Amino acid sequence: MIWNEHAECMEREQLIKLQGERLQAMVSRLYYNVPFYRKKLQEQGIEADDIRSVDQLKHLPLTTKQDLRDNYPFGLFAVPQSEIVRLHASSGTTGKPTVGGYTRRDLETWSEVVARSLYAAGVDHNDVVHVSYGYGLFTGGLGIHQGAQKIGATVIPASGGNTKKQLQIMHDFGSTVLACTPSYALYLAETMKEIGMDPSELKLRRGIFGAEPWTEEMRKEIEQKLHLKALDIYGLTEIIGPGVAMECEHQNGLHVFEDHFLPEILDPQTLQPVPYGEVGELVFTTITKEGMPLLRYRTRDLTSMTIEKCTCGRTMARLHKFMGRTDDMLIIRGVNVFPSQVESVLLEMSETEPHYLLLVDRVNNLDILEIQVEVNELFFSDEVRQLEALTHKIKANIESTLGISAKIKLVEPKTIERSEGKAKRVIDKRPH
Amino acid sequence: MLLQQLSLFLENKTGRLAEVTRVLSEKHINIAAFSIADTADFGILRMIVDQTDVALTALKQQGFAVHTTDVVGFVIPNQPGNLYQALEHLDSIAIEIEYLYAFAHNGDAAAVIKTNDNELVAETLNDLGYHLLKAGEQLG
Repeated sequence: MIWNEHAECMEREQLIKLQGERLQAMVSRLYYNVPFYRKKLQEQGIEADDIRSVDQLKHLPLTTKQDLRDNYPFGLFAVPQSEIVRLHASSGTTGKPTVGGYTRRDLETWSEVVARSLYAAGVDHNDVVHVSYGYGLFTGGLGIHQGAQKIGATVIPASGGNTKKQLQIMHDFGSTVLACTPSYALYLAETMKEIGMDPSELKLRRGIFGAEPWTEEMRKEIEQKLHLKALDIYGLTEIIGPGVAMECEHQNGLHVFEDHFLPEILDPQTLQPVPYGEVGELVFTTITKEGMPLLRYRTRDLTSMTIEKCTCGRTMARLHKFMGRTDDMLIIRGVNVFPSQVESVLLEMSETEPHYLLLVDRVNNLDILEIQVEVNELFFSDEVRQLEALTHKIKANIESTLGISAKIKLVEPKTIERSEGKAKRVIDKRPH
Repeated sequence: MLLQQLSLFLENKTGRLAEVTRVLSEKHINIAAFSIADTADFGILRMIVDQTDVALTALKQQGFAVHTTDVVGFVIPNQPGNLYQALEHLDSIAIEIEYLYAFAHNGDAAAVIKTNDNELVAETLNDLGYHLLKAGEQLG
């Protein structure tokens, strides 16, 4: 199903022309309304109406998270505060939160892209959409809510937490769509098992999961445990919230709503664009945003992109599976390590649970990686050598995937902290 | 003819063993035999108790990784050389022992043994006249 066929299936030639026009208008708005950007543009010798096509994008200055912090809270707004109708903020794992300011039209754009996302997942007005993303400053809850409302679905604003109650509501209200983080979806499945609820007692058929990177293996596990089709939604507060890109039912990459968000993939070191298909840092330019438009914002998410037309008919660029974030990336003994790699190793093994914790430390100037892994209750053996064999097997699999050795420590089931929001996977104790 | 043993995965953390015994004590479960296999990071606790099912449920509810394992329990008369004799018999039928632990039983000794073929071991010992311990039997 396609919500806005005109936009989503536009010929690429026409799309590029539209993007060019919108980019031109955006750069002009920034030049006249945001002192920070005017200064940056002038430094590069760019005037308000110099930019006329997307080809010139690479000459424009980049924006980083630090720029957002330096201009906290409202320094990058391009409209007077009287035109801002909503504020959101992301938690900000370190330092100040990241702010998003929306005009009335921005909220409409946001609902539009979430509506497109839900249609792409095969969700329509007949569905009951259970939103377990947190409601509040976090964009997840309200973002999905507005889009689900726009397509006329029945929305349950469950928000996060109180898991057993949520399951009961899902059961009693007949929820057909679950929207939450993938780790919370697994937590729900675990809780269902605990209270003896079978997935067939629920009517769930689609899952809209996002806000953290997850693997194909995790998708399979969620689909199997919750009896639904799990689809990946992508977004970030700085750009608009969830709905920047969304997977369609073919589960073959996330469609970027390119008529609003202009994507680029850059080499994180050289900051030059990489060819289609190659992994790099995802960068967005918000060509229609009014409240807080951002020029070439570095998301720190690592992925690759294709512009091949999808079987679903959409012509918009697709992002491949996210590899992690440049700031999640750990450099251990000089090797780049992503927590998602550890997760895929564990999910491929039936003997372990996909719950793990990476502990990084430095002993005698050498980086030490310890991976705590929960033993699967069913597999746990009463023989030491079998458990040691399991430890060695995990160790070997981890080493062949990460390229570095790690100490594997088996821990008791359910002792690694479960998160109802984003999962905490890494503790880095090395002195910085 | 086999006996049910409770096997528990324990991390090497303070208080875990006390926690297990607390759960069992609250359910008035008597522990007849008890053994720990330990490594640097974890231990496996093996126990023979009087109400295995009750203990299993109670421990699971407390979040322990626990399950039951089939083992062979048999009585060894309290005289020098008797354990040797029993093991000789097992050796003669080419049995490999995973582990063995012993406890006192009505003035005699009793051994719990896990092997690569528990059925055969139980049968052999039974034929030789050893008294095999059964589930529910008053132990200790």
